[in-house]
Amino acid sequence: MHLFAILFLVFLLATISVAALVPKWQRAIAPFSLATSATVFFWMIAFLIKDAAPQEISFPLGIPSIGMHFGLDGLSAFFLMILGLSGTVVSIYALSYFPHEKEPGRILPFFPAFIGAMMLVPLARDAFTFLLAWEAMSILSWALVMAHHKEHGTQHAGYVYLLMASFGTFCLIGAFALLTAASGGLSFSAMQGAKLSFGTASAVLVLALAGAGSKAGIVPLHVWLPLAHPAAPSPVSALMSGVMTKVAIYGFLRIAFGLLGASIWQWGALVLVIGAITAVLGVLQAMLQNDLKKLLAYSTVENVGLIFVGIGLSMTFHASGMEMAATLAMTAALLHAFNHSLFKSLLFLGAGRVLAATGTRDLDKLGGLMRGMPLTAWTFLIGAMAISALPPLNGFVSEWLLLQSLLMGPALPQALMKILLPITIVSVALAAALAAATFIKAFGITFLGRARSPEAAAAKEFKSPETTAMFLLAGLCILIGIIPQAVLSLISPAVSHMTGATIQHFAVSNLLFLVPKAAGSVSYSGIILLLLLGLGGVAAFALLRILASNKTRISPIWDCGTPDNDTLAQYTAGSFAQPIRRGIAAPLFDVREMVDMPPPSDMGTAHFHLHMQDLIWNRMYAPISPFILGLADRLNKMQHRPTRHYLMFMFTTLIILLAGIVLWK
Amino acid sequence: MNGFENDMAHTLSGVMLLMSFLLLYQRRIPGLIHAFAIQAALLGIAVSWQAVMQGEPHLFITALIVLLFKAAFIPIALLKLIQRLSVPQAVEPVMAIGRTMLFGIILCGLSLAVMQSSPQASALIVNEKLAMALAIVLLGFLIMIARQNAVAQVIGFMSIENGLVLAAVEAKGMPLIVEISVAFSVLVALAVFGLFMFHIKDRFDTLDTASLENVRGEELP
Repeated sequence: MHLFAILFLVFLLATISVAALVPKWQRAIAPFSLATSATVFFWMIAFLIKDAAPQEISFPLGIPSIGMHFGLDGLSAFFLMILGLSGTVVSIYALSYFPHEKEPGRILPFFPAFIGAMMLVPLARDAFTFLLAWEAMSILSWALVMAHHKEHGTQHAGYVYLLMASFGTFCLIGAFALLTAASGGLSFSAMQGAKLSFGTASAVLVLALAGAGSKAGIVPLHVWLPLAHPAAPSPVSALMSGVMTKVAIYGFLRIAFGLLGASIWQWGALVLVIGAITAVLGVLQAMLQNDLKKLLAYSTVENVGLIFVGIGLSMTFHASGMEMAATLAMTAALLHAFNHSLFKSLLFLGAGRVLAATGTRDLDKLGGLMRGMPLTAWTFLIGAMAISALPPLNGFVSEWLLLQSLLMGPALPQALMKILLPITIVSVALAAALAAATFIKAFGITFLGRARSPEAAAAKEFKSPETTAMFLLAGLCILIGIIPQAVLSLISPAVSHMTGATIQHFAVSNLLFLVPKAAGSVSYSGIILLLLLGLGGVAAFALLRILASNKTRISPIWDCGTPDNDTLAQYTAGSFAQPIRRGIAAPLFDVREMVDMPPPSDMGTAHFHLHMQDLIWNRMYAPISPFILGLADRLNKMQHRPTRHYLMFMFTTLIILLAGIVLWK
Repeated sequence: MNGFENDMAHTLSGVMLLMSFLLLYQRRIPGLIHAFAIQAALLGIAVSWQAVMQGEPHLFITALIVLLFKAAFIPIALLKLIQRLSVPQAVEPVMAIGRTMLFGIILCGLSLAVMQSSPQASALIVNEKLAMALAIVLLGFLIMIARQNAVAQVIGFMSIENGLVLAAVEAKGMPLIVEISVAFSVLVALAVFGLFMFHIKDRFDTLDTASLENVRGEELP
C-alpha cells in the first residue's frame, strides 16, 4: 500500500500543473509541491530507517500486455529521499520567489511536474516506464530552462540541452534494447536474470554511462550543463544541479549494479578514469568562470566526477570480491551525492538572491554584498565551506570517506589499477584543493571587498521564505558534518542493495566516532572536531585579547595599494584566477594573454586581451556539428512534402521491412 | 474442412485479389467505384462462406455489414457525389499503368514470400490465403500512392480495409465488436473524404490532389 500511496502523490504532483492555468490557483502551486515533497521525504526516511522490504506494483497501462511496473527498494528510496528534501526546500524558497517572477505562467505549470517526473524515475521498474519518466524529466526541465527565453544565450542553451538530452535518451534506449533482447522482457526483474556475453554487457554499460552520464554531466558530455543550469530560474537551477544530476546517477547505478551486477573490474576502471577527468576539468573550468551561476554549474560537473570516482572504485572492488571496500566506496559516493544536493541547492539559491537583488550574475559587477545581504552571505559562506570540504561540514565527511576508500586501492590485484589509483588520488586531491580556491573566489568576489557596480552597492535583502530555505540547508550541512552517522544509516539500505553489505557491519559508528573498519584505524568525529575548533577559536580570541595592545597609534593609513579609491583596483574574478589559469589551465584551454601597450608618446589606454577556448567544444563538438546539421537539413527535406509522398515513405518502409523478414529467414 | 470448401474460399480470395489489379488498371472514376463494389461484394460472399465453413454464425453479421455498407451504400454514395460534383471522370495516374501493374505483381510475390517464411509455415493453406489478403492490403496502398485523384485515394483506402477484414476472418480471430467498429470507422472516413472532396472541388474545380500542394502555406522544396 505504501508504494501505491507514493505513486498517487507523485502523479498528483505531476498533474497539479493544470492548476497553473487558473490564475487564482497559481498561488497554491508552491505550497502544494512543498507539502507533497515533504511527505515523500518523511515517508522515505521512515522506509529507510525501518529498512523495509522492497515492494513492486504493476498497472495495466502503457504498452498492452506489458503494463507499467513500479517498485520501491533501498536504492530508490534513498534517491527519493534526496528528491523529497530538495523539493521541499526549493518549494519553500519558491513561496516568495514565484510572486516576483515576471512571467509565472512560464514556470509554474512545469515546476511541480518536473519534481514529479524526477520522482517517477527511481520508482520505475521497467524500461518503458523508466524512459517515459526520464524523457518527461528532460522535456519539463527544458521548458523551465527556456522560461527566460528572451535573455541572451538562453535559446542557445536550450538548443544544446535538447540535443544532448536526445543523445542521452538514445543511448539509454540502446542499452535497454540490448538488455531486452537478451532477457526477452522489458521489466527490470526480467533483465536482472539475463545472461549476457561480455561484449553485450560492456556495450550496455558504456551506453548507460553515456546516457545517464550526459544527464549527470560527465566530461566530455557535460557541455550542455554549464549552459542550461545557469539559464534556468534560480530555484530550477538548484533543482537541476542539485537533484536532476542525482537522478541521472541513480539511473546509472540501477543499470550498472541492479541490472548488470557490476561484475567486471574493467568497467569500474573506465568509470573511475572518466570520473577523475570530469572532476579535474570541471573544477578548472569553474575556477575560470566570471559568471556566478556558471561557476556553480561547472562545480556540479566536478562533484559529479567525484561521485563517479566513488562508483567506479566500488565497481572495481565489487568485481574483485572486496565487499568491504566496495561498500565503503559506494557509501562515500552516495553520501557525497546527498551532500552535494544540499550545498549545491543552497549555493544556487544564494546566487538566485544575489541575481534578484543586483540583476547580474557577472562577478565583476558584484562585491561587498555582505553588508547589504548578510543572511544570504552567511548561508552562502557555509555552503561554500561545505563544498570546499572543510571540516566539520558535510562535504568533508564524504570526501574524506572517498579518499579513505581510494587509499584501500593498493590491495587490488590488477596491475592497471595500481597505475590508475595514484593518478586518481592525486586528481581527487587536486580537485578538492581547486574547489576550495574556486569558492574562495566565488564568495570573496561576490560578498567581500567593495561594490563594483551601483546595483551591487544598493543591494538589500529582506527576511522571507527564501532565507528560511537557505538556513534550513545550511543547518543540514552543519548537522550532517557533525553527526554523519545519522545519514549513513539511511544510506546503508541503498548500499546493501548493490554490494550486499552495509557500512554498519564493519564500522564503529556511534554518536561520537565514525570508524570505517575497512580502512584501518582512521576515524572521524564531527563533535570532537567541532569542540576542538571551538576551543581553538576561543583560545585564539583570548590570546589576542591578552597579548594584543589596544593603545591608539597614529600612523599613515595602509591603503592596500589603492590610493585613488577606485573599486576597479580590487581583485577581479579574472585576476584571482590568473595563477591557476596560467599554471594549470593554460595547455587545456589554450590560454593566451596579450597586452596592447600604446607607444611611449601615445596617451591612449593599454588593453589586456584574454584568449581562452574550450578545447573539448572546439575539437570534439565543432567538427561533428556541421555534419549533423547537414544530415538534419537533408532529413528536413523529407518534411514539407505532398501527402502522397508521406504515404510513399510509409509504403517503402513497410516493403523494406517485409523484404527484411523474407531475407532474414 | 474438406477440399471443396477450401478451394471455394481460395477462389473467392483470388478473385478479390484480381479485383485489386482491376482497381489498379482503371482509368475512369465510375469504373473504379464499380470494381470496388464488386470486390466488396466478393468479400461479403467470402465472409459468409467462412461463416458456413467455420460454423460461426456471428460472421454472417460481418458479411451483412460488408454487403450493406461497402458493396452498396458506399459505392452508391460515391457515384452520387461524383455526379453532383460533375468533374472530369478520368484519373490521372502518377505512375504509368503498366509499371504500376508490374509493381503490383512484385508486391504479390513479396507477400507470398513473407507468409511462407512466417513461423507457422506448416499451415500452408491458411498462409496462402493470408498472403492474398496481405497482397490486397499492399495493392490498396499502391493505389493510394499511384493515383492523385481524391476518389481513387478513398477507394484505395477502403480496399486496404477489405484486405484487413479478409485476413481477420480467415485467421478466425476477429470479434464482432471489432468488425462493427471498423465498419463504423470506414463510414467516418467516407464522411471525411466526402467533405474533403467537396471542398477541394469547390476551390480548385478538380479532384486532383496535386492542387493541394500549393496551398499549405509552406514553401516546397
